[in-house]
Amino acid sequence: MSERCAVIGIGQTVAKAKREDVSIAGLVREAAVMALEDAGLTFADIDAVVLGKAPDMFEGVMMPELYLAAALGAVGKPMFRVHTAGSVGGSTAIVAAHLVAAGIHDRVLTVAFEKQSDSDAMWALSVPQPFSTPLLAGAGGYFAPIIRAYMHRSGAPRDTGMKVAVKDRLQALNNPFAHLHLPDIDLKMVEDSIMLWDPLHYLEACPSSDGAAAMVIGSERAVAQAESDTGKRPAWIHGMAMRSEPTMFAGRDQVNPQAGRDCAADLYRQAGISDPRADFDMAEIYVPFSWYEPMWLENLGFCAEGDGWKLTEEGATSMLTGGDIPWNCSGGVLSSNPIGASGMLRFLETALQVRGLAGAHQVPDARRALGQAYGGGSQFFAMWVVGVDKP
Amino acid sequence: MSTFPDLTSGHRPVGVVSFAQYDNVRREGDHNEVEMLMPVVAEVFANVGITKDDVGFICSGSTDYLVGGPFSFVTALDAVGVWPPRAESHVEMDGAWALYEAWVLLQEGEIDAALVYCFGRSSPGDLTEIMAVQLDPYYMAPLWPDPTSLAALQAQSMIDAGMATEADFAAVASRARRSALANPKAQVAYDRSPEELLREDYEVAPLRRHALPPLTDGCAAVVLAAGDRAYELCERPAFITGIDHRIETHALGARDLTHSPSTELAGRKAGVDKKKVDVAELHAPFAHQELILVDALGLADDVELCPSGGALAANPMMSAGLIRIGEAAKVIWSGQADRAVAHATSGPCLQQNLVCVLEGV
Repeated sequence: MSERCAVIGIGQTVAKAKREDVSIAGLVREAAVMALEDAGLTFADIDAVVLGKAPDMFEGVMMPELYLAAALGAVGKPMFRVHTAGSVGGSTAIVAAHLVAAGIHDRVLTVAFEKQSDSDAMWALSVPQPFSTPLLAGAGGYFAPIIRAYMHRSGAPRDTGMKVAVKDRLQALNNPFAHLHLPDIDLKMVEDSIMLWDPLHYLEACPSSDGAAAMVIGSERAVAQAESDTGKRPAWIHGMAMRSEPTMFAGRDQVNPQAGRDCAADLYRQAGISDPRADFDMAEIYVPFSWYEPMWLENLGFCAEGDGWKLTEEGATSMLTGGDIPWNCSGGVLSSNPIGASGMLRFLETALQVRGLAGAHQVPDARRALGQAYGGGSQFFAMWVVGVDKP
Repeated sequence: MSTFPDLTSGHRPVGVVSFAQYDNVRREGDHNEVEMLMPVVAEVFANVGITKDDVGFICSGSTDYLVGGPFSFVTALDAVGVWPPRAESHVEMDGAWALYEAWVLLQEGEIDAALVYCFGRSSPGDLTEIMAVQLDPYYMAPLWPDPTSLAALQAQSMIDAGMATEADFAAVASRARRSALANPKAQVAYDRSPEELLREDYEVAPLRRHALPPLTDGCAAVVLAAGDRAYELCERPAFITGIDHRIETHALGARDLTHSPSTELAGRKAGVDKKKVDVAELHAPFAHQELILVDALGLADDVELCPSGGALAANPMMSAGLIRIGEAAKVIWSGQADRAVAHATSGPCLQQNLVCVLEGV
């Protein structure tokens, strides 16, 4: 009963520390209009709009989809709002795609954003709650002990994270939409940056960005129309999956969460993936702190448990050194982090790659790609596979 | 061979098979959101003899601003206990929209049952301030208009247009609170005549106290099941034969507040007018809004309105919409109705609306 569907339009804003030139509505509309133009469509062609973003306190607007209905051309249409923590950009794309897969709509516009400069994410993450221990550490402080556990468990050398930080920033130089462009970055620069949360240096953490991402997901009928109108090929969705597990319980493996492994297994079953490292041509994975590259390499089955850091050290994940499984060719979350949009940017970049539209960071002949986003205390996962071939 | 209602849209038959809600109260001071949800989730499963292991998807609805902290849905998930890990999602919307997301997934045929839940406590904060933050952040929110004042503007527009009088609002409230006497979950129920209610002082003219919803702490849950699975769990499932939702602009000045074109369109798409409607559970937090909704849905005079008492009897935020679907399902299960319409709203002055048609066989 599930209908085939594909990405037929892509738009994103330039990510910046402060987009003071636009309102929230202006920001999301910028990405949305770009996605519509890419698909050869206008707002009038869209059946429904699905918006995602991380906590509303990041901008100080409660349920902003209500305020954004007109800016996103949703008046008189269904408008939907997803919030699943940091994985939300990915979950939002999945919710939108299901509206097409279920045969409800032909063309769904999905948008995700964060305008972090309007508020203060550190404050919003640390509001005191009754009977709860205040975190007061931000996300990096939360994840640093988990990273140390990974290092201890795997025996990884101390510089693996720094190598990821350098690699993703160098790859970002080929992405005009990336927030951080640091042409002089090298290991020494990362090591010399201030230690924020041991072992994470300042340059091993994601930036705070304003930005938005948008995609148009279309049915087979919409794909045929877009192909003939624009001459651009679609990114067919080969599988999508979400998994959640509880935040805290005795024995929870926070280094290699079961929810991530289960999510990948479900996804690979749908997409017919047996050997992720060989079957994918590239991957865009949510790596907000450098060490999450080797950790997710293992969680996603690209190597045996304990070996993730070896792939990073070998350069297997670097497109600049000809690695066989390039990760985060766009520069990843380490180079742009409009939180609510960061997951969608991962999904969007995989679609750009298999459509052959990634420009200077295009992986040659990318035919199948994996997009992943995670959120909360790494208990929420959203993933999809897109490819050139019609499933 | 099971029989299903006529689904002209070609959709898979999906039914509401179980519903549970918390005791709607003004202030739940002893239990937090997770503790409130735990018995409700346990009840919604126990009603149909299943566990979390029997549902293929979980979707919830809530909003952080009521709790006053980010990620309020994260700990709420502990009310279900998603171990081993589950396919799960969350909307920053009323639970009625979480139900919509689950219904969409059930259409694809991979899963046969889903859990939907939602929660909202008004007591920890001041709703008159909180809801202002929901408005346009540049032009409206800085003026801090409270929801009652905005609803009063809408009610006054109806009076100015000659569409209704204050006595009409009182009649809605009188009937709703009288119906609520039979609803054990109602927070506000009484038997008072419209004439008596009209002697109350104005809260914000032209709205008197009776025309306002109560402030409520509450939560609710629903189990959806598809195809034959629905009949395994429920003798007479309340099948969703149509469901649709639509939104209007945020700019109040650009809307005709006396009408609800989004409800009208959603109702038409959901097929409300295809057959006789027996019961309608309308999510009208303010009394005058019921009149707008009845008009938008084209409900005939013989339709029984809000037998539960509606949102005037209890109005837990992010939950009162899903509760309307649950209450509509109850009248199908009991055989009291063959066809019921449930409605949910969000945003100021009925900005966003969902319509769900339920039928029994």
